[in-house]
Amino acid sequence: MAEQFTKSMARNIYYGGGFATFLLLLGLTFDTMLELPERDHRENITDSVVKGKEVWENNDCIGCHSLMGEGAYFAPELANVFDRRGNANEEGFKGFMQAWMAAQPLKVEGRRQMPQFNLTKEEVINLSDFLIWTSRVNDNNWPPNKQG
Amino acid sequence: MKFQSQLVAKPYFIFALALFAGQIAFGLIMGLQYIVGDFLFPYIPFNVARMVHTNLLLVWILFGFMGASYYLVPEEANIELHSPGLARLMFWVFAAAGVATILGYLFVPYAELAKLTHNELLPTMGREFLEQPTITKLGIVVVCLAYVYNIGMTILKGRKTVINMVLITGLIGLAVFFLFSFYNPSNLVLDKFFWWWVVHLWVEGVWELILGSILAFTLIKVTGVDREVIEKWLYVIIAMALISGLIGMGHHYFWIGPGEYWLWLGSLFSALEPVPFFMMVLFAFKMVRERRHNHGNKIAVIWALGTAVMGFLGAGVWGFLHTLAPVNYFTHGTQLTAAHGHLAFFGAYAMIVMTITSYAMPIMRGRPQGNPRSAQRLESYAFWCMCVGMLGITLALTVAGAWQVALQRIPEDGQALGFMVTQQKLIPMYWARLVFGVIFATGLLGYFVSFFVGSGSEIEKQNNSLDRYPAHNPEAGVCCGSCGGAS
Repeated sequence: MAEQFTKSMARNIYYGGGFATFLLLLGLTFDTMLELPERDHRENITDSVVKGKEVWENNDCIGCHSLMGEGAYFAPELANVFDRRGNANEEGFKGFMQAWMAAQPLKVEGRRQMPQFNLTKEEVINLSDFLIWTSRVNDNNWPPNKQG
Repeated sequence: MKFQSQLVAKPYFIFALALFAGQIAFGLIMGLQYIVGDFLFPYIPFNVARMVHTNLLLVWILFGFMGASYYLVPEEANIELHSPGLARLMFWVFAAAGVATILGYLFVPYAELAKLTHNELLPTMGREFLEQPTITKLGIVVVCLAYVYNIGMTILKGRKTVINMVLITGLIGLAVFFLFSFYNPSNLVLDKFFWWWVVHLWVEGVWELILGSILAFTLIKVTGVDREVIEKWLYVIIAMALISGLIGMGHHYFWIGPGEYWLWLGSLFSALEPVPFFMMVLFAFKMVRERRHNHGNKIAVIWALGTAVMGFLGAGVWGFLHTLAPVNYFTHGTQLTAAHGHLAFFGAYAMIVMTITSYAMPIMRGRPQGNPRSAQRLESYAFWCMCVGMLGITLALTVAGAWQVALQRIPEDGQALGFMVTQQKLIPMYWARLVFGVIFATGLLGYFVSFFVGSGSEIEKQNNSLDRYPAHNPEAGVCCGSCGGAS
């Protein structure tokens, strides 16, 4: 680098630039926290949704599936599984979920298998409520289509 | 090597490499599970293999960073490590916690593990990369605090070089941002928002400071270039890393709930994220071109250059490929993400650990001018094997990702193929990935073997090749480059 560009100038860019950018990040975070309640509809987080998130976490669902595109890419996206499988009908979706979870593993030879998690009926309802709530978060219209 | 206490780094490097081997073994298992879906089911379900794969990566890179710090900080500070005993103790604590956690993943169903470790008291489990039981996370905090304290005290007592200051800033950041892993609100959007404060602010933030300082240290040692020049470059590189990377976090906020302005900010700033990596390439090649001496450890120089190039390709080019919001809308969470993740992590972080290992391990084994030529030759084959293997994995996954987008994401509802059907169509690409994975594993095996290659007389000859150091005082004895920047 050119001689007139000294080490102390480089140092100032690092400390000044790094610090300023971090402050900007804090500001944007603060603004996002004010905006989020309208986008995540937290008023709809019921006890069942809370319990559903626990079921989701305690069984490491993210180890195969993605949720809003994050997680593993071995099994289908689930943030929109309510739209894909539920046809906008909560009761119908819960019925589907009970049957689907009970049927695992499908044991089709060579197919990717989902383990049997031995969830109670109640837990499947919780999990469904969590996925229904997730499907209604304003995520800038992602994914592009129902297939996720 | 200038100080006896630098030797505490040795077990850290060795254990890091052992965990690396485990990571690759589970990578191969998953590579096959992508093709034969029920391979090893129900004994090792995919999610378990993936947890083991990613958590081993995380832990071995941390072991590598710790080894690197314990090796380089005393030399930079020009003083013995504050407490070698604490460093040795923490090695065993971290190793035991890591091994116990991995065994837990493998032998206890995850829900059972959550119950056994009382996850309900402070629920932190079940989130990607942060699957560790809460008790393990607390252990990581203890180990990190002891580590940062030990390194910090050494720097406080000794010389505060730029490399040391950048490194300790990175380490403090690493420890502080990890604390966000204990924040797990029941609101998934908030959970995800701050999850990235661990994951993104680590790998695209403070870890880059650690990477930069280890690279700068190695380059000073193997090239003998004036530290003033190297430090100036280091400052500019990490300045660009922070300026682009902090707001660049916005590229993770596109589709998980936060507002629309992140689409612009995330695209704009993360488009700048390749800049520091590109500068790292310029920097590394310029320093090697302008070197003042020819260090006998040639393979360490190759690793350093390789880190810069592969880091730029993985983090820079493959990151940019899908970081703009209009592109990411279609590619988010496809095999393209996996392609980028593999090359970036290998190029930037796995390779920097192998760089410092290749530089420091021979010195700690009494070979200041590097391993004997035969060992270096094998190691350079291993280097190319691993690089080609990882590039092949990346290209295969990139094609798979593009194909996945074309079949599953771009078509309208009704026309788009479902996830499972699409995966069937990608199997040829998954075979290609697996083949390159085997090539990578072969390279890793060669790398391990290279540690045991070379006869005693060959090592003797290498050690006595003082003519490589015309600029230095030959009476000082066999040179390892330690004095390169210390004068």
